[in-house]
Amino acid sequence: MSGDSAASASGRSGGRPGRPVGRKTRGSRWGRLLDGGLLQGGVQGSPVIRLFVRWVRRPLLPVMRLWRRNIQLKVVVTTLLMSLGVVLLLGFVVIGQVRNGLLDAKVKASQSQATGGFAVAKQQAEEAVSVTGDDGAAADGRPSQSVIQWMSDLVESLSSGGQGAFDVVTLPAGDESGSGRGPRASGQVNPTASVPAALRERIDASGSAAQSYTRIVYDTKKDSQPGLVIGKQVNDPNRDPYQLYYLFPLTQEEKSLSLVKGTLATAGLFVVVLLGAIAWLVVRQVVTPVRMAAGIAERLSAGRLQERMKVTGEDDIARLGEAFNKMAQNLQLKINQLEDLSRMQRRFVSDVSHELRTPLTTVRMAADVIHEAREDFDPVTARSAELLADQLDRFESLLADLLEISRFDAGAAALEAEPIDLREVVRRVVSGAEPLAERKGTRIRVVGDQQPVVAEADARRVERVLRNLVVNAVEHGEGKDVVVKLAAAGGAVAVAVRDYGVGLKPGEATRVFSRFWRADPARARTTGGTGLGLSIALEDARLHGGWLQAWGEPGGGSQFRLTLPRTADEPLRGSPIPLEPKDSRRDRGPDDAGLPRGGGDGEKRATVSARQAGADGATRDPFALRPATVTPTADPTALPGNGARVVARPAPPARTGGTRTASGTQSGNADDADGVPEAVDGAGPGADDDRDRGPERGAGAAGGEGGRSGTRDADTDGEASRGRR
Amino acid sequence: MMSFMKGRVLVVDDDSALAEMLGIVLRGEGFEPSFVADGDKALAAFREAKPDLVLLDLMLPGRDGIEVCRLIRAESGVPIVMLTAKSDTVDVVVGLESGADDYIVKPFKPKELVARIRARLRRSEEPAPEQLAIGDLVIDVAGHSVKRDGQSIALTPLEFDLLVALARKPWQVFTREVLLEQVWGYRHAADTRLVNVHVQRLRSKVEKDPEKPEIVVTVRGVGYKAGPS
Repeated sequence: MSGDSAASASGRSGGRPGRPVGRKTRGSRWGRLLDGGLLQGGVQGSPVIRLFVRWVRRPLLPVMRLWRRNIQLKVVVTTLLMSLGVVLLLGFVVIGQVRNGLLDAKVKASQSQATGGFAVAKQQAEEAVSVTGDDGAAADGRPSQSVIQWMSDLVESLSSGGQGAFDVVTLPAGDESGSGRGPRASGQVNPTASVPAALRERIDASGSAAQSYTRIVYDTKKDSQPGLVIGKQVNDPNRDPYQLYYLFPLTQEEKSLSLVKGTLATAGLFVVVLLGAIAWLVVRQVVTPVRMAAGIAERLSAGRLQERMKVTGEDDIARLGEAFNKMAQNLQLKINQLEDLSRMQRRFVSDVSHELRTPLTTVRMAADVIHEAREDFDPVTARSAELLADQLDRFESLLADLLEISRFDAGAAALEAEPIDLREVVRRVVSGAEPLAERKGTRIRVVGDQQPVVAEADARRVERVLRNLVVNAVEHGEGKDVVVKLAAAGGAVAVAVRDYGVGLKPGEATRVFSRFWRADPARARTTGGTGLGLSIALEDARLHGGWLQAWGEPGGGSQFRLTLPRTADEPLRGSPIPLEPKDSRRDRGPDDAGLPRGGGDGEKRATVSARQAGADGATRDPFALRPATVTPTADPTALPGNGARVVARPAPPARTGGTRTASGTQSGNADDADGVPEAVDGAGPGADDDRDRGPERGAGAAGGEGGRSGTRDADTDGEASRGRR
Repeated sequence: MMSFMKGRVLVVDDDSALAEMLGIVLRGEGFEPSFVADGDKALAAFREAKPDLVLLDLMLPGRDGIEVCRLIRAESGVPIVMLTAKSDTVDVVVGLESGADDYIVKPFKPKELVARIRARLRRSEEPAPEQLAIGDLVIDVAGHSVKRDGQSIALTPLEFDLLVALARKPWQVFTREVLLEQVWGYRHAADTRLVNVHVQRLRSKVEKDPEKPEIVVTVRGVGYKAGPS
């Protein structure tokens, strides 16, 4: 751990500036870590490191986001970097060439000057020998005063020809120091410091002329300056070797070079900046219309349909703008048309509503008055009065349902959501359905109402949905119990209405929600209901962002489940109550054993037995919300697409008792009590259905699915059902 | 204070057939109906007839029903029952906000109509002198008056009933359904918007700051209760 804390300490210093720190420290361990992990975000290691990396990343994030999102910035920065590279390269080449050109000339001139100087020195030495030969011979190896003087004169005379263009230095050859022939120099040049030691050694070794660049150092306060030094070993009048150097200052050349460098740097900087500016301008020309298009597209999608792009010229950008505007125009036209249609539809519904209802009210009241007085009539007229009143009831509810559903179709239905306790709603619905239940001999049980089940919902609509479900369940429950189960979990609440009546044949679970759908067309007229109740219920559920789904098995009863999000704007992820009740196979078990089944039933039977095994292990408590073995809450086939396909199939030749009207708002004597739900017919369509759906199909369950919500449900629930199989 | 009132009913409706039918039914139940078909003449007819209840169709020629409702409410607390063909949210809520006590959706059954009218005409059946306190308000039930610091506050009979219902049991939270039953006389579930709208109207009259109600307090997810006195 100490390593980690050290890491954060060392990294902190590197990580503080707001630019990619990883680049700078490349090569070191932490540099590699930052480089690989910081910018990609994929750091493995201890939490401390990860924490640290996150801490370092944070200030960089805006910059990275800007880089990712801003193409103009990208282009400008790239242009700047690349032009900087080009300018630097160009500058180095140019400077190199200029320097070579300048120095070549200088060196040649210097060489010829020096060569001449060396010749003069040699000549003067020979002349001096011929003049003072005797003196030299008389000397005992020590330089005589005349030689010392001679050398001073030599330096003086040689340097006097240069007019300050060069200086002359003499140095003793080899290690011979301390003698009288010490170093001499013209023009206050420091002789030993100005001649590089390497050059001296070279000349000592070879004796021929050699040259080198150096800095000329002066004894006075004068600044040292760059120079070229050319030297050679020559002999003095005593024939002793000494080194003669010519020093040529390169001040002029250096000045010229730095001038060129300065010019180039300035020009380069300008070029880079200008290129950046040009890139910025050019990109802006392209990016501005694109950004405008993006902004306008966003505003269009937000509903401001009159937004248009400004189009100037005839270039590609202008064509983009024109096409965009044309698109927007057409879009606006279509949407306006649709809105007009919708408005007209709503207006029409509203008008029909009023125009029909006022006379209907009069008729209704008149019929009631006549109905009240029917005892005074003759039997025919009295019966007519009864029929009139009854059918007016039916007409009214049909009209009400029609208007309601056309309100949904026109999108005029508004949700008045507020927090309600579903137990209250259920209580009202159940007490409202009690009279009907008593007539049918059905007992309605409510379970799961120990705790409040609160959700943001429209009480009126939820009550309408539940009343529909409960009345349906009672009507088709064949006098057996109806169980209303409430549950809340996660972000959802659910109410499931379970009956043990005729149930649903495979595929009917989706079709029950179709408008005017009846399981048995031949018997449709005898049962009450408008055929719109479940369609309206489904629309009500959808309006809440909820689901209304159905499950049923032939002879095993059915379960309708309403799932609502706890808060109005929360998407549903699942339902607290499984769509298929856990007691489903308890009913099916005896059926399977006791009844002959069709040929294609093998798969179904297998599924059933497998499920039974699982169920015996699981608790049979009907209150449990989610059993350990996950029960599919929606069948994959319950998706809208599948539903449409199922609906398209012709209605099965139903002679079995499964008469379920799509509505139960009215009481009707469902004379299906004597139906034989497990008749062979039941297996026929079932097997057929199995083949249709292939392996996707999960047992006898089928979920009626609430449109868009269904696709959401498919992920979780579909998986659950796969898992079970 | 009659315990069972057979009163005068003003029917404001432009549909002559419906008006006639309403007349037949109302007379059959012992009411005294009078009629007006035009919204512009409704207020004059109201002043002349001095009805105990107004049956008001929302769709009228001339002034529409909402406007008529507002005019009548401006000068009287007489019960107003709207007749409406539209149960859409906006229409009903606008009607209630303009002062109607109750509404009934066409087509209705005669019994339903009569029940609604009776419920609105049924006045306090126990005229026992009773003083109630709710918040800083003092309610004289028999005298049908509400006072704050001696200043009396004008409430319609319905609003008064609503306030009294809450004040009688200050410890109880009333669900909207219970209020509908006790105040409006609905036996089974009805439109809870009735309660919402009238609570708002009541608050606008009795609360010091209707935004922060202290007399009629909302209990989220349940209903309403009387504020601490």
